Amino acid sequence: MTVSTASATAAKAAPLEAGAARKAIDRVGLPGWIQAMPFGLVFLFFFVIPLILVVIVSFWDYNDYEMLPSFTTRSYTETFEGCLTQLPDLCTILKTYLSTVKFCFIVWVTTLIIGFTVAYFLAFYVRTVTMQMVLFLVCTIPFWTSNVIRMISWIPLLGRNGLINLALERAHLVDKPVEWLLYSPFSVGLAFTHLFTFFMVVPIFNSMMRIDRRLVEAAYDSGASAWQTLWNLIIPLCKPGIVIGSIFVVTIVMGDFITFDVMGGEQIASAGKVVETRLNALQFPPAAANAVILLVVTLMIIVGLNRIVDVRKEL
Amino acid sequence: MSMKHVKTAKGVSRRALLKGAAGIAGAAAGSGAITGFPYVWSQEDKVLRYLGTAVNQSDDITKKVKEDTGITIQNIVATTDDVTKRVITQPNSFDVLDTEYFSLKKLVPSGNILPMDAKKIKEFDNITPVFTKGQLPNGKVIGDQGTAPKKVMFLEGEHSTKFSATPTEWVTLIPTVYNADTLGIRPDLIKRPIEHWAELLNPEFKGKAAILNIPSIGIMDAAMVVESIGKYKYPDKGNMTKPEIDMTMGVLTEAKKAGQFRAFWKDFNESVNLMASGETVIQSMWSPAVTAVRSKGIPCIFQPLKEGYRSWASGFCMSKGVTPKQADMVYEFVNWYLSGWAGAYLNRQGYYSAVLSTAKANMEPYEWAYWMEGKPAEKDIHAPDGSLIEKAGAVRDGGSYDDRMGNVACWNAVMDENDYMVRKWNEFIAS
Repeated sequence: MTVSTASATAAKAAPLEAGAARKAIDRVGLPGWIQAMPFGLVFLFFFVIPLILVVIVSFWDYNDYEMLPSFTTRSYTETFEGCLTQLPDLCTILKTYLSTVKFCFIVWVTTLIIGFTVAYFLAFYVRTVTMQMVLFLVCTIPFWTSNVIRMISWIPLLGRNGLINLALERAHLVDKPVEWLLYSPFSVGLAFTHLFTFFMVVPIFNSMMRIDRRLVEAAYDSGASAWQTLWNLIIPLCKPGIVIGSIFVVTIVMGDFITFDVMGGEQIASAGKVVETRLNALQFPPAAANAVILLVVTLMIIVGLNRIVDVRKEL
Repeated sequence: MSMKHVKTAKGVSRRALLKGAAGIAGAAAGSGAITGFPYVWSQEDKVLRYLGTAVNQSDDITKKVKEDTGITIQNIVATTDDVTKRVITQPNSFDVLDTEYFSLKKLVPSGNILPMDAKKIKEFDNITPVFTKGQLPNGKVIGDQGTAPKKVMFLEGEHSTKFSATPTEWVTLIPTVYNADTLGIRPDLIKRPIEHWAELLNPEFKGKAAILNIPSIGIMDAAMVVESIGKYKYPDKGNMTKPEIDMTMGVLTEAKKAGQFRAFWKDFNESVNLMASGETVIQSMWSPAVTAVRSKGIPCIFQPLKEGYRSWASGFCMSKGVTPKQADMVYEFVNWYLSGWAGAYLNRQGYYSAVLSTAKANMEPYEWAYWMEGKPAEKDIHAPDGSLIEKAGAVRDGGSYDDRMGNVACWNAVMDENDYMVRKWNEFIAS
């Protein structure tokens, strides 16, 4: 993403150079499919083939210690067990997905609001490109440490005897420690927001930098208020960035289980966790089946997002 | 930056790279990493890849093995689940395996491991009868619910995948280490005696309890609670029927919905942190984890309970991929392991060793009295790494070997209905 933002700003400065480079490639005359092949092969071997294997395995049978190659829908039927008979009570898999999608939505809203605000500040309030780049890089600093460390560092802060509870008690705001700060939906949402807001900032900032500033001036000259400019001009033009950021956040949260475990005290269900539990019990076919279900649900969400904005057309 | 500049820069870096690569290759040849010289082999070859769960794997042991036998141990450390996964999917990635008895129900039918020949184990007859007969050295019979070692200790033949009810020459696992687990508590925060498993789900500790997030173990702790509150008496807590699983998970689910649990834990450090930070005051725990909390200066007790302990045990076997020469080395290593030094090392951490007599010979009398006989410590008790565990005068939680192992109620297990249980566990997490 940083490359594309950099090139976006660079492209304006030197369109000629880019054109020259394009011509140079044309002269070499390699057909397009050969140029695409290295990446295509990587995709084939490390994405397409493993995915096909996962789908195949999800239809295999299994026992305590091995997979039995045959065709059975056992892994799927058992996963969806009780989904019709238990109604109106929700079955396990629906409850799990409800919980996962709920977090997805909450995290999407919080990262979008914060990410959009940060990007807006960077793009429209910071005057010089140098300063923009400096501040943008500052945003990446947290990424110098690992995901898990950034997550775990919340625990001493939010715990029953953590810093926040200590401060609240010292200030006599509460007489008993606040329990919902840690190992709760709150802490999971907080950690997700902290971890993934940057994935919103980058594409939205990228979109904002492409907005022709003369449009903003025109809106101002035509008497639009700041709010009207934001709502009628900037947000519509940022849509591709918002959708790309949303895809990042949604896919990561849908497949996550470590954040759920560490921040939720392993008590909150998530789609990824079901796969993990099955894998740990050596039940590979149901793990594969749950992975396939997760993939389908996530793809459906992404297709839905693409319906709202055609990302390819907008880029 | 001009094109020309870029080119030279690239050229230089490539040359430097080649130089470096040649250097590395040269060093490798010089150091003997490139083989092909017959006389180098015999020395280089004494290497065993040792797959285990870190309980028995430490640098001290690796060093001592090398010193005494010349065998270089390459430790491969993984969680219990991952060890099992590795044996099933990559049986050639290790030579000697150290795993828990309850995993055997999954490992033995796969045919990926080889049993050990009892005749080649010098101390075999001195292995504690806890394993071979399910009794204490003094003859007291101990609880055998779940995967008690005696049920899965012997195979009908060398290449059989059937467990034998009576002792044979072919041993699935030569025992290394075992212990009796119970609840850990924070006496400073609970401020009253705890005597029963039922306390784990006592609403008094709402939001301050924790259990293991390993389904097969978590459900057994829950079963201890169910029996303790007098709700039900299981024929075998380690092998429940579907209705029993439903009922037990129901009890857990109710507690979870009422907010009984602060968190579930999966690894050693998590359990230490939960307890040390005061997030939990009562939880299922492992003995060295309790020691770890105490070594931070925080009071923590490995509380003996009326209903007894949940026990576990692990031991050694071989990969099916070993060569005859490697097999000899495995026997040499296992024989070394039972010869006392390692046993003493384990006993000093609060675990128990398989051959008591040899371990005793390698411990100071005051150490033996504290760890194994439940007597007050005559002198300060130190861990193998030298850190202070207890001051003189302290008594071990739960007392002597006979008191602790004698009160084992059940053993970690894999149930026949394991698949169903795992699905119910996912339902429990989602509730």
